[in-house]
Amino acid sequence: MAFDLRLAKRFGDTRIDFALSAGEGATVLFGPSGAGKTSVLNMIAGVLRPDSGHVRVSGDTLFDADAGIDLPPERRRAGYVFQEARLFPHLRVRDNLRYGAPGGEADMAAIDFLGIAHLAERWPRTLSGGEARRVAIGRALLSAPAFLLLDEPLSSLDRARREEILAAIEHIRDVVRLPILMVTHDAGEAERIGTRIVAMA
Amino acid sequence: MLTPAEWQIVALSLRVGLVAVAVTLPVAFALAWLLARVRFPGKLLVDAIVHLPLVVPPVVTGWVLLILFAPAGPIGGWLDRAFGVSVLFRWTGAAIAAGVMALPLMVRAMRLSIEAVDRRLENAARTLGAGRWRVFRTITLPLSLPGVAAGLVLGFARGLGEFGATITFVSNVPGETQTLPLAIYSALQQPGGDALVWRLSAISVALSLAALVVSELLVRRAGRGQGGV
Repeated sequence: MAFDLRLAKRFGDTRIDFALSAGEGATVLFGPSGAGKTSVLNMIAGVLRPDSGHVRVSGDTLFDADAGIDLPPERRRAGYVFQEARLFPHLRVRDNLRYGAPGGEADMAAIDFLGIAHLAERWPRTLSGGEARRVAIGRALLSAPAFLLLDEPLSSLDRARREEILAAIEHIRDVVRLPILMVTHDAGEAERIGTRIVAMA
Repeated sequence: MLTPAEWQIVALSLRVGLVAVAVTLPVAFALAWLLARVRFPGKLLVDAIVHLPLVVPPVVTGWVLLILFAPAGPIGGWLDRAFGVSVLFRWTGAAIAAGVMALPLMVRAMRLSIEAVDRRLENAARTLGAGRWRVFRTITLPLSLPGVAAGLVLGFARGLGEFGATITFVSNVPGETQTLPLAIYSALQQPGGDALVWRLSAISVALSLAALVVSELLVRRAGRGQGGV
């Protein structure tokens, strides 16, 4: 089982109750904005603490309220691509890419399919939206992740850029073969990427 | 251009100002970080105490320092027993007074710059495998650095101008505690001291102006985002 989740979290008046058991490939969380999809990813990555439940990925328990297990984010090996690229503005692309890499060495060959090698010396603020998104995906992949979390990876990109990112995600799903949990509100994206689609309302 | 006596005053002022901000820096940064990032009971009170030197009459601050650092006082007694030193009537005392008076300004500038660091970047760094300390070293600190530098410069300028707390705490000893404002005050008391007042005041204004320009440049650089050059 790639993802075995049961999460409950209360925010004021609203409440997230979410359970998922999903196997290999890409699992797409599909639903409208405000349904708590990003919160689910944050709870898996460990930057948001659930009130109760558990998070197990590929057999490893990352969080279990009953057992008192709560691994810090840096030990969860989540390759998290945020909705905004969140590149570190004071580091060049090269240093962003190798920030999470074991030993600090970016294995550029492993992310050749992203086509970002030529950007290595650039500063993040000089990148286009599509370039920044690809660098963010590369940075997550180079951190030796056990699984990938993608939050609306195609939002605010034009058609041509979307196609590049979609192809990259398919490559990760089929060739790199990392378990993927992707959030989207676009039915077309969900159909194309999802090995299975989970609706969240 | 300047006489040796005037050089001595300027050099002493610079030394007092620099030592004051250098010693205050870690304290100010720790307080700024605490106030920006940690929720704890009594935070409002700590915040108020930090800002106290900004609003209390400086002569009161100087008097409090005098009580604390007098040979019979809690800190002065300890300094005397442990190291056999006293800061009274010494330039080190002037630096302490300048540092205390500069603290609120430094904490303010640094706190704002730490609060301006995007927490989401810190979270991103953690998911990439960085522990809290590495995140602080590689993300929080570098991103807040322009504000920290601006706070340093502001504190330095404030220290250069310190008068009330200094003269109360360590008196007005030429060559030891007589910084620019105290020298100007002394010159004003002397018949025919006008020329000296003019010259020392001009130096004071020039130094303060330079500090403010540098601080403003640092803040603007922070606003633009780093690393773009």
